[in-house]
Amino acid sequence: MSFVRGLECKECGAAYEVEPRMMCDACFGPLEVAYDYEALSKTVTRERIEAGPASLWRYRDLLPVEGEPVAGLRSGFTPLVRAERLASKLGVRELYIKDDGANYPTFSYKDRVVAVALTRAVEFGFETVGCASTGNLAHSVAAHSAAAGLRSVILIPHDLEEGKVVGTLIFGPRLVKVRGNYDDVNRLCTQIADQYGWAIVNVNLRPYYTEGAKTHGFEIAEQLGWRLPQHTVVPVAGGTILPKIWKAYREFVQLGLVEDEGAKIHAAQAAGCDPVVKAIEAGTDRFRPQKPNTIARSIAIGNPADGPYAIRVVSDSGGSGASATDDEILEAVELLARTEAIFTEPAGGTTLAATIKLIESGRIPRDESICVCITGNGLKTIEVQDGRLPPVPVIDARLEAFDELIQREGAVENQGAPEALPAASGRQDG
Amino acid sequence: MADKVSVRIPTVLRSHVDGQAKLELAGGTVGEVLAGLLDAHPTLRGRLLDDQGELNRFINLYVNDEDIRFLENLETPVKEGDSVMIVPSIAGG
Repeated sequence: MSFVRGLECKECGAAYEVEPRMMCDACFGPLEVAYDYEALSKTVTRERIEAGPASLWRYRDLLPVEGEPVAGLRSGFTPLVRAERLASKLGVRELYIKDDGANYPTFSYKDRVVAVALTRAVEFGFETVGCASTGNLAHSVAAHSAAAGLRSVILIPHDLEEGKVVGTLIFGPRLVKVRGNYDDVNRLCTQIADQYGWAIVNVNLRPYYTEGAKTHGFEIAEQLGWRLPQHTVVPVAGGTILPKIWKAYREFVQLGLVEDEGAKIHAAQAAGCDPVVKAIEAGTDRFRPQKPNTIARSIAIGNPADGPYAIRVVSDSGGSGASATDDEILEAVELLARTEAIFTEPAGGTTLAATIKLIESGRIPRDESICVCITGNGLKTIEVQDGRLPPVPVIDARLEAFDELIQREGAVENQGAPEALPAASGRQDG
Repeated sequence: MADKVSVRIPTVLRSHVDGQAKLELAGGTVGEVLAGLLDAHPTLRGRLLDDQGELNRFINLYVNDEDIRFLENLETPVKEGDSVMIVPSIAGG
């Protein structure tokens, strides 16, 4: 049983059946899953959701699957952390981190979209699935397809971080490195999907795949006590998750589950790949593609498929955008680790660094509620920390040796700036 | 006589070109090749161009694997043996 009415072109409104299809035949516009909201509003309640499983499938009524889910049964429902130490440091009243670096089983937001796409792939009868990926999606498709008994074919840029390659290969997919950047891989995958009868999750299953990203937004709203944060800062790569968080918020408002209090959505990109932020700043919805050059490889997409929609949502919601340099990104990764014990990859550092810029420029007022969306885990990209962390002393297993070390290097003190934190007390009373 | 370049057609458009996956067309720039394609197969016009006659924003054109937006757009020169690809843009992420 599902509430799906079919697929609809986001541009010209043409309607299509539920089938593997990425775009409109008439205008090539992207397709969106259409639901029967009238029936949904009679069925979906806070209580019904709260009684569901502790996974993204608690929002199943609002996802485009027909039968029982077969992938990602433990994915989603990641922590929403009230970040009080970080809030003090930044001088803001109410700050939350939505931490998909803790997602199961592959530690990124991609477990959400893959859970939905693979369930749909099995319903369509596919036996082979695939994707074009900057790493996190590769990791997730390989894992979930192994668990679902599907074959997988995964294409990645040739120069990805080792953690993402090993973290993918361990699940036994057919992995192919493509000479070029993500946009080259993506073009090739579009042609492969055209030629081979496979379910490429972010090509011909894309309308279903992207719906999984809504669950990140549903969870923020539910975990915040059935309300929306006034500001949500979201990283933009292909531009998938940002409009879907907005769609999630709008659906909850439409179904009467949360109040509409004007949630603003802000876009975060790396300065070395910021076509969407540049377009937002220029006030146009046609971005200019870029050749990415940033350590934030998981979001290094210079030709984002959903870029125009990310730009539109930022504009419609009254949000804004900011980009961060590689140094700012790495500093933000450290700051998040040393205040909240969350180790994110450079994409997460990008989002936090952009948030800090938006706060400092006044575009996010310090007394309003803020949610920072962290979409990936730092343990997959440890090479970006090369040369940044202090050398680790090695001593003999003798107390004298330890005494000597303490005398030489001083008393135990953590890295970072915890001494600055207590001064800002009294800011968390909101 | 102008050089011939190959033009790769995605499945979704092949019904407009008698089912062919690849065509040989003459032209000195991507724009000229495109104009030749539309003259020979007029029903493609409404698919590839928008109401203002601009390239549909959900279509990307490549010359020898490079997006023409990194080259000279429709003014990008092409020569004998070059390959032009028409690829829908809604994928990935």
